[in-house]
Amino acid sequence: MRNNNKSGMSAEAREMDGRQTAKRKMEEEPNRLIKQIAQEKYKYGFTTDVHTEVIERGLNEEVVRLISAKKREPEWLLEFRLKAFRHWQTMEMPAWAHLTIPEIDYQAISYYADPTAKKKGPKSMDEVDPELIKTFDKLGIPLEERMALSGVAVDAVMDSISVKTTFKETLMEKGIIFCSISEAVREHPDLVKTYLGSVVPFCDNFFAALNSAVFSDGSFVYIPKGVRCPMELSTYFRINAANTGQFERTLIVADDDSYVSYLEGCTAPMRDENQLHAAIVEIVVHDRAEVKYSTVQNWYPGDVEGKGGVYNFVTKRGHCRGVDSKLSWTQVETGSAITWKYPSCILGGDNSQAEFYSVAVTNNYQQADTGTKMIHIGKNTRSTIISKGISAGKSQNSYRGLVRVAEKADNARNYSQCDSLLLGSHCGAHTFPYMDVRNETAIVEHEATTSKISEDQLFYCNQRGIPTEDAIGLIVNGYAKEVLNKLPMEFAVEAQKLLTVSLEGSVG
Amino acid sequence: MLEIKDLHASINGKEILKGINLSVKTGEVHAIMGPNGSGKSTLSNVLVGHPAYEVTKGTVTFDGKDLLTLSPEDRSHEGLFLSFQYPVEIPGVSMVNFMRTAVNEQRKYKGLPALSASEFLKLMREKRAVVELDNKLANRSVNEGFSGGEKKRNEIFQMAMLEPKLSILDETDSGLDIDALRIVAEGVNRLKTPETSVLVITHYQRLLDYIKPDVVHVLYKGRIVKTAGPELALELEEKGYDWIKKELGE
Repeated sequence: MRNNNKSGMSAEAREMDGRQTAKRKMEEEPNRLIKQIAQEKYKYGFTTDVHTEVIERGLNEEVVRLISAKKREPEWLLEFRLKAFRHWQTMEMPAWAHLTIPEIDYQAISYYADPTAKKKGPKSMDEVDPELIKTFDKLGIPLEERMALSGVAVDAVMDSISVKTTFKETLMEKGIIFCSISEAVREHPDLVKTYLGSVVPFCDNFFAALNSAVFSDGSFVYIPKGVRCPMELSTYFRINAANTGQFERTLIVADDDSYVSYLEGCTAPMRDENQLHAAIVEIVVHDRAEVKYSTVQNWYPGDVEGKGGVYNFVTKRGHCRGVDSKLSWTQVETGSAITWKYPSCILGGDNSQAEFYSVAVTNNYQQADTGTKMIHIGKNTRSTIISKGISAGKSQNSYRGLVRVAEKADNARNYSQCDSLLLGSHCGAHTFPYMDVRNETAIVEHEATTSKISEDQLFYCNQRGIPTEDAIGLIVNGYAKEVLNKLPMEFAVEAQKLLTVSLEGSVG
Repeated sequence: MLEIKDLHASINGKEILKGINLSVKTGEVHAIMGPNGSGKSTLSNVLVGHPAYEVTKGTVTFDGKDLLTLSPEDRSHEGLFLSFQYPVEIPGVSMVNFMRTAVNEQRKYKGLPALSASEFLKLMREKRAVVELDNKLANRSVNEGFSGGEKKRNEIFQMAMLEPKLSILDETDSGLDIDALRIVAEGVNRLKTPETSVLVITHYQRLLDYIKPDVVHVLYKGRIVKTAGPELALELEEKGYDWIKKELGE
């Protein structure tokens, strides 16, 4: 085993080596302006005025039964939920992350909100409330197929309900199933029963148990043997109702020799209260199949003083079950007040490959503890981890990653690179790499760097006519290029803009 | 072109410039010489609006505009260019991307449409030739891993791209061997037109062998203490700065 650690693992931002005067000026700079920018920058902070059926706050077995009944679920799924709920009650919130999480009152949250509940009786999918269509239009997600981005099918989820899934029929012609998980439970129960909880068991962790008890909509994807999915599949998550939590559940199954690229996006209104989002994403990759999963996470991050924002506690895991299977996670994390998220991969099949490409931006009072786990079990398995943290304001940004090589995983190979970029002198960047290597033939490499955008770099850009905000955009996008290049083209441009916008007002 | 009147400036509360008066006309080349610590770099930094420096008194007019009220980027857009003494490295940002952003920001300011990728690359090829800048350097990140000489050449290349009205060369000769010095100086001369002016800030006379000044000033303790023709530079080279100090009765 080779452990190549080129530089320090952890770095606290130190005093800017810049000049005192400049710093004083920066501090004196009217807060008003910075505030204004910070308030303006979150473009998705509006709320939709739509009749929403919200169940009473609180969590107990009755609530779990009520959710299951509302979704007209079969008995086995109710049992699954109840088992998870009972287990959850015995658990405690994890405290090991480098996060300060205020106490969460799980009885003060409503666990089910249905914005489509206006009409009584069974709803036809064609009759989507125009108000909801408008909302998704405003978010840049047209739900009319003729208006949609070419080559992208969308499942639009608001609060606990999938509002509409586009191109379903087109995909079905190839045998591809793309629908909400609730619909999959009704229409494809055998598939769901086989795979649900097979990658992330309900007892996996505190938030996974909670999700397994109360999960609502998310997407279900099944790509049959030998099929290459002809379009990007995507799910857009939107929280709208106040005082509710969102518990999405997504399950993707790629059968032998299939391929799919999937993208997930999310936003929420600006609210002073924190909102809870606890999701599970499970991916199963069979022989020679390939799944690319990309996330652009832009939940409301809270205001410039750290008030409000979404708590994003997410369990994402893929299982490269088959030989020569491949899974790639790409994430651009700019939102949420607190992020606790480690998209991971179990490399079970021989010769399977996994990648984790991440850019995590934190500004103001945001906190992120994010990274991955690569569990090598099969022979000749390979994994790559590229993590780029960007911290600004008073935020804390941590990379946490585990690379485990099991005894029988001959010739496993991992390469990890974790870079941190600091803006300003009040933020923190931390790296927590864990390695557990039990096979002598493994090669595991870890590199880490920490750098900082200096005042001199910004001034150099200014002198060439480039305003500070654009200069930060240039530098940050250059730094994150390796990860952004992994995103599907349509979204790479959006993600670039998002990075720049998220850091607005971060340097005086 | 540039009119400085009674300019006072300080850093960290310490006054460095103590009443500068200077007038540069269109088409002129001025040299500002002086011993270390006399305020030469402060003057260039103040002119381009570095935030670390505070102007406490005086006025600067550039092409009829009140320069001190403009942001650093607008000073650049108005045609003021500084060739930095120590150009910084910006990892991850390619020279192409950097220059394209800079050129298009300037065009936006002037109400011109952005250059297309092919127009821009053509312009870049043309201007690269002025300072014999290697194509390989142009494809790297800004100044990253450049030698001292390459960094200075890159500064003049940027000057060529942005076509400023007034260029300030801050100790451009420092760290250059004689060949690099010649290339850089020839680049500056090639870019010089009757409509543009140059302010050469230097400790030594040798750069002035290549870039011929019309006027030479001596800056000492934050004031311009002597102004004369190009012969003054030679005199300083011969006698050193002590001669000035003596003349000032120190």
